[in-house]
Amino acid sequence: MLNTADILETIGMIREENLDIRTVTMGISLLDCVSEDVNRLCDKVYDKITRTAEHLVSTGCAIEKEYGVPIVNKRVSVTPISQIGGAISPEGYLKLAHTLQRAAKTLGINFIGGFSALVHKGMTAGERNLISVLPEALAETQTVCASVNVATTKAGINMDAIRLMGSTIKRAAYLTRDNQSIGCAKLVVFANVPEDNPFMAGAFHGVGEPDAVINVGVSGPGVVAAAIRRAGDCDLSELADVIKKTAFKITRVGQLVASEAARRLNTPFGIVDLSLAPTPAIGDSVAHILEEMGLESCGACGTTAALAMLNDAVKKGGVMASSHVGGLSGAFIPVSEDAGMIAAVERGALTIEKLEAMTAVCSVGLDMIAVPGDTPEEVICGLIADEISIGVANTKTTAVRVIPAYGKKAGESVSFGGLLGTAPIMELKPYSPAKFVSRGGRIPAPIHSLKN
Amino acid sequence: MKAVITVTGRDSVGIISHVSALCTAHNANIVEITQSVLSEYFAMIMVVEINALDIPFADFADLLAATGRERALDIRAMHEDIFNTMHHI
Repeated sequence: MLNTADILETIGMIREENLDIRTVTMGISLLDCVSEDVNRLCDKVYDKITRTAEHLVSTGCAIEKEYGVPIVNKRVSVTPISQIGGAISPEGYLKLAHTLQRAAKTLGINFIGGFSALVHKGMTAGERNLISVLPEALAETQTVCASVNVATTKAGINMDAIRLMGSTIKRAAYLTRDNQSIGCAKLVVFANVPEDNPFMAGAFHGVGEPDAVINVGVSGPGVVAAAIRRAGDCDLSELADVIKKTAFKITRVGQLVASEAARRLNTPFGIVDLSLAPTPAIGDSVAHILEEMGLESCGACGTTAALAMLNDAVKKGGVMASSHVGGLSGAFIPVSEDAGMIAAVERGALTIEKLEAMTAVCSVGLDMIAVPGDTPEEVICGLIADEISIGVANTKTTAVRVIPAYGKKAGESVSFGGLLGTAPIMELKPYSPAKFVSRGGRIPAPIHSLKN
Repeated sequence: MKAVITVTGRDSVGIISHVSALCTAHNANIVEITQSVLSEYFAMIMVVEINALDIPFADFADLLAATGRERALDIRAMHEDIFNTMHHI
């Protein structure tokens, strides 16, 4: 039975509160493309991706029209490229990056994820070769996204890999200096990376996944903020209920789109990622939800508590709405992609230290943070190590997507346009972690990883 | 299968007629209409059967949206499943 109030509520969410499906991401296994010959490998990769995802964009567009809910992005994630490239040369890996770019262009998708390496315990020659050309790959392609997993709760933290990522990030910033160092916006350093994440830049298709799969990321910070506003002066228990009910409704739309896309593409449904993903658009901000909950500004004392409650309520509401939940599933706090976060940084309310604390209770981590271009490599390594250790110690995913914007200083900003937004350059402590970082080796896995 | 057509905007002559004409032209059977006009603001919800549509539903939705744009109205046609899924367990 359709009810007028329900119909108007749904339409209001879409029209006024920016409810959308953030991404329908098709994961594609490239394990069957392995070849010793680089050219043959590239041909097989191109053919497999373009064949498997041939109808992804048209199907996404059809679903969006029929249900009247925008599907903002249609994307593809692939098997971590280092796992299919093996010991091919750095030039071979670069060629693979260009192949991914070409496939993405043919399909009409806006990002392809999986130029990735999993090096949490050590590095193979192939993984080293891939990482060695990451900056070039990010500079020479537009839609290829890369990620490197440097730690897990089970394996501990690979500090050698973090050191390598420090120099890789700096070089990516330099090579894309004419374009606001945008290369770094397409590169994520992870701890406990999920294998079914539909969101970029960290998406890849894990080895335990089927040949192809449909994963969906929902959104809707504006819907949650509006529901909290309507709830008025209720106490926190009631507020948690309001958030849960809203998250349930948002996630049901995600589940509907995911199962419909899976059916039409004849591809198994994987997961719905229960994330609140902001965009720079007005009314689509996670920071504004926190402020709606009662904070004068995001970054004020109380921010971590509010975010923890929000994150928990979103999961509790969402989990019942979907048959399979996965990916990152939690509120995102990317600074440049969230109008409220940008405003909080600009007014001096939100610092990197507070953001780091916030990442202990929500999804991902230090995301889309711009720092001065002259930040020493070892400081970036220290920043990564701090964030990664939060993930390892708390058995959760954390990540760093930091942009040492070439030639820019604290107080300036970099603008990437589109969903990537504008990032104010944030100050970092000038003290050096160089000796600690240069010790290298591995930080052992925490005691609570021994669960068997 | 049913779809929900919603029309919102400033009231003017012939809104229902335009929408119903499109439904008739493409064989969508109107099963329910509710409408209200509140201080010159027009809101209508129409439930239609879409099993016998003579064009794909997405194209039908596009036609309605285009008609809306011509008359400064917001017209949306959405498959009933989105409402059922969102509001019913």
